[in-house]
Amino acid sequence: MAWDRNQMAKRAATELKDGWYVNLGIGIPTLVANYVGDKDITLQSENGMLGMGPFPIEGDEDPDLINAGKQTITELNRTAYFDSATSFGMIRGGKIACAVLGAMEVNEKGDLANWMIPGKLVKGMGGAMDLVAGVGRVIALMDHTNKHGDSKLLRQCTLPLTGKAVVDRIITNLGVLDVVVGGLKIVECADGVTEDELHAATEAKIV
Amino acid sequence: MQKIYPNATSALDGLLTSGMLIAAGGFGLCGIPELLLGAIKDAGTKNLIFASNNAGIDDFGIGILLQTHQVKKMISSYVGENAEFMRQYLSGELELEFNPQGTLAERMRAGGSGIPGFYTKTGVGTVIADGKEHKDFVGSDGNTQTYIMEEGIVADLAIVKAWKADETGNLIFRKTARNFNPVAAMCGKVCVVEVEEIVPVGTFDPDHIHLPGIYVHRIIQGDHEKRIEQRTVREKS
Repeated sequence: MAWDRNQMAKRAATELKDGWYVNLGIGIPTLVANYVGDKDITLQSENGMLGMGPFPIEGDEDPDLINAGKQTITELNRTAYFDSATSFGMIRGGKIACAVLGAMEVNEKGDLANWMIPGKLVKGMGGAMDLVAGVGRVIALMDHTNKHGDSKLLRQCTLPLTGKAVVDRIITNLGVLDVVVGGLKIVECADGVTEDELHAATEAKIV
Repeated sequence: MQKIYPNATSALDGLLTSGMLIAAGGFGLCGIPELLLGAIKDAGTKNLIFASNNAGIDDFGIGILLQTHQVKKMISSYVGENAEFMRQYLSGELELEFNPQGTLAERMRAGGSGIPGFYTKTGVGTVIADGKEHKDFVGSDGNTQTYIMEEGIVADLAIVKAWKADETGNLIFRKTARNFNPVAAMCGKVCVVEVEEIVPVGTFDPDHIHLPGIYVHRIIQGDHEKRIEQRTVREKS
């Protein structure tokens, strides 16, 4: 037993506090928006928008209104638009309380790799390096292991880094861990997962 | 000064040279100067260097200039949607300089604002920091943090898409199509803008102008395809 994608997103949503401005990355982090409930959360899209609404209903798509994943979206009555320099000014300047991002690898010091696999398709870092360097709190929302069963929570990252010592908390399908002095600390185990199983699936040092 | 030109080709007349650096606005296919890109393709100018967040897709945006081998180098943050780009990059035909998205935006803003360089913590400890000056600063919280220096971009030409312009080049953008357009305009030695509508002077409320006409040298009006890259919808509830 472990959490599925939606349960992971639901768990991550409990991290967000009323009144926060939040940036959600592409993939599982996008699902977090479905679970914020009654909390007053303003979503930032780094292409230049605060107050991101849901996908449009068919026929209402607007080519001038997309999110950072280039998907058509809608605005809310609180929405504000701005240029890319202003957008990353609020990111780099620490005004965004939290970013929830996907990850290929995280190590026990909070280093994050999520933008490049050498020798494979080179796509680019987009806004990920700015986000991890700038926002108040970085949550990595990721699968605990790769498809071969190898841990993605490592002693050392093997892939090019997105940021060094930037991750605060890791939420995986197996549980929740914090980056603390000396390694990772188990905060909770996913439903039906034991601490022993979490240890066994984790290469990074658990303290 | 007359800033209005009849079409994209005439607006670029005398501005295009081989090897020049062009700053282009747009994010994905949203708010890209599609008419001016088409005119650059028609002009056939080679060895172009583009500072642009993305490289379009195979048959739209900067992608059309990759098909004709007019681009020598891209300065971008994300190029993942373009198969021809990948082919040219992996075969060594095309140079690529990755910039973090916020660093790219700030490099344009700075270059256009007379700031030759600035320090940022974005990219510290990554390959982006290799070979760049590192400097420690004490933050407002009393902690010391390391920053790297990034240089401002001054482009030979800026090509920009706005929603509306008045006859003096004051611009208004629409929704997330604003993105890199204002900072691209700022960093160009010459800036050519394409809009959906040119309106008479006095039409805009001066308080509602997004980019003042001082940054804008030539304007064209035209019909835009405005292609959607990822059409995503929800069920009617």
